[in-house]
Amino acid sequence: MEDENSRNEPIVKLSRRKVLKSVATGIGILAMPTSNASASVWEAFFQKHFRELSRDELKQVLARLEAAYRQECGREITVKATPPLDGVKFGYGLDLSRCIGCRRCVHGCVAENNQSRQPQIHWIRALQLQKDKGIDLDHAEHYYNPAAVPLDGHFYLPVQCQQCERPACTKVCPVKATWTEADGIVVIDYNWCIGCRYCMAACPYGARHFNWEKAAIPAGELNPDTHYLGNRPRPVGVTEKCTFCIQRTREQPGRYPACVEACPVGARKFGNLLDPAGEIRQLLESKRVFILKQELNTQPKFFYFFAT
Amino acid sequence: MELAIKQFKVGTRHFVKGLLEVLFVGGKAFYVWMIFLTVLIMAGVATYAAQLMQGMAMTNMTDQVSWGFYISNFTFLVGVAAAAVLLVIPAYLYHFKSIKKIVAFGELLAVTAVSMAMLFVLVDLGRPDRFWHILPGLGRLNFPSSILAWDILALNGYLLLNLAITSYIGGCTYFGREPDKRLVIPLILLSIPWAIGIHTVTAYLYNGLSARPFWNASILAPRFLASAFCAGPALMIIIFQLLRKVMNFKVQDRAIFKLAEIIAYAMAINLFLMFAEIFKEYYSGTVHVAPLQYLYEGLHGHHRLVPWIWTAMIFNAVGFILFLLPRTRERFFTLNIGCLLIFVGIWIEKGIGLIVPGFIPDTLHEIYEYSPSLREVAVGLGIWALGCLIYTLAVRTVIALDTGRLRSPGAPAMIHDEDE
Repeated sequence: MEDENSRNEPIVKLSRRKVLKSVATGIGILAMPTSNASASVWEAFFQKHFRELSRDELKQVLARLEAAYRQECGREITVKATPPLDGVKFGYGLDLSRCIGCRRCVHGCVAENNQSRQPQIHWIRALQLQKDKGIDLDHAEHYYNPAAVPLDGHFYLPVQCQQCERPACTKVCPVKATWTEADGIVVIDYNWCIGCRYCMAACPYGARHFNWEKAAIPAGELNPDTHYLGNRPRPVGVTEKCTFCIQRTREQPGRYPACVEACPVGARKFGNLLDPAGEIRQLLESKRVFILKQELNTQPKFFYFFAT
Repeated sequence: MELAIKQFKVGTRHFVKGLLEVLFVGGKAFYVWMIFLTVLIMAGVATYAAQLMQGMAMTNMTDQVSWGFYISNFTFLVGVAAAAVLLVIPAYLYHFKSIKKIVAFGELLAVTAVSMAMLFVLVDLGRPDRFWHILPGLGRLNFPSSILAWDILALNGYLLLNLAITSYIGGCTYFGREPDKRLVIPLILLSIPWAIGIHTVTAYLYNGLSARPFWNASILAPRFLASAFCAGPALMIIIFQLLRKVMNFKVQDRAIFKLAEIIAYAMAINLFLMFAEIFKEYYSGTVHVAPLQYLYEGLHGHHRLVPWIWTAMIFNAVGFILFLLPRTRERFFTLNIGCLLIFVGIWIEKGIGLIVPGFIPDTLHEIYEYSPSLREVAVGLGIWALGCLIYTLAVRTVIALDTGRLRSPGAPAMIHDEDE
């Protein structure tokens, strides 16, 4: 393992390790775990940034996480780290004229992505807007609850991470714990985030959510197919957000994000922006497209459109 | 060689003994004060331990209002840290002698305030155990992209700079030597732009966020500076009077009145900038006026901050008038009332009144009101108490050095440069 390190970044890595170890002996006296789990606790504490991990180190990290989840949840959970596919940049389309505001996407997302049930975290927020006011967030109803949707005179605007090309959130992170992957997905290394919440202040879409306490998810409801940068159970004290279901969309053959599958009216479209014949490109070229807060120049890869 | 080692040992022992005496031996009032602070600190530490165990859910912060009491105090304290500049500028650039003597207290206040500010950020972190991720070289500091990375460097640099100046001067005093002006003056001159720097960078921390129209106004950094020049000196005026009473330390009335005069000018600018902001937002009346409306008059039936901000407005206005008129400025009763009003007024305006409306309404225009939980206040009080404790001990050390109570046995008798 040490050799693998040295191959990547010989000088920095070795000295960093050394310095950290000596720093840790001091701190360690306070936090020293007494059980035989101590080795993995130390490994977790010293874990490098995701993008600095060598292939072997990554394997060890994933194995450690799987073991920890097994112990914590009492069942097998796989954690993968599937890399981006070549020639792919994901884009999303949402048809505002079809959406009925049923929130099936919200709940599909919660189940797929292991979001906390208590307190509730929702990566998608559906807003109920008044038709005569248009897209006027000031009159949005966030907690609408009519007997049946859609409610007369209203339309619906689901908002989630807009996967910006110029993300305000990654720019402000003081420790580079969040970044844009080659396939355009903005991800977070939950094991590197320090929980300062600067990204939450910076995001214009309220897309980032914080684990104010340890997420509570009934073990039976856990989705065991997880990705390191996506839906694996999150530690307390870090931010999380939509990843275009990175654990599904990067597979080959790929699967649609859970919200696309959950939508009963087909309002949600997803695909590769680099594929000229793909559905997402077709709708960008032929429909009236609307970008949320376009004036902020965040350049989302999430496009609202009106099909009718 | 052996002799030198022996001398060093004896010298160290003398210094440590002297310092311990300064830190731990005092009158009844001193012990009461220290015990009081220690109790508050312990309560704060215990509450923070609970926060570490349970997660930050014990604060009243939410995804909507994701920064609250902690970051408010951080912002205010960065402002107080500017007190050093304010005292240093007239003393060293204009050779205003009556202030020169008290510069050390200003710089120590800066050291204390910056330490407290950084503690407030630390308790706000969800993962303080990953603190090392910000260390340059060890972690991955996102410099120059993240303004928070800039602020980490600026604040730590400011802390080190002021610590270096004060400990060098303190050391020289201990050994009865004149500080080398060629070393001290450049450091002090550097600390002036640096102090303006920590303010500006901290303002930019909020200013650069296009998602938050309340902060995304270019008047923010100038307002930060103006309000800092009010709260910092107001605190200093109170501290100097306490020093005169409790520690029998000489501070001239003239120096105190000069500070009060400076506060009057700074407050005039602060109020002017505030009105400029209010005019622009209200007259143009875009959707960006919403956070201002929430702050000053309440929005859609939510007005938790309204009484606070109007208290601040009234306090600042009354304080301004008291300090503008020489008759009230130069009478200690009204002067102290003014200091108190301005300190509290700016604490509200630049703390909760600046941070919370940035999040209300939130980016999707939801209104979710915030007020700190009791436990947040307990942690905050602990940090304030720790600051008071550090400052008390620092001031005692300075006075012991200055009066010669703490002095190297081999040091020549210091010739006191009296101002008059």
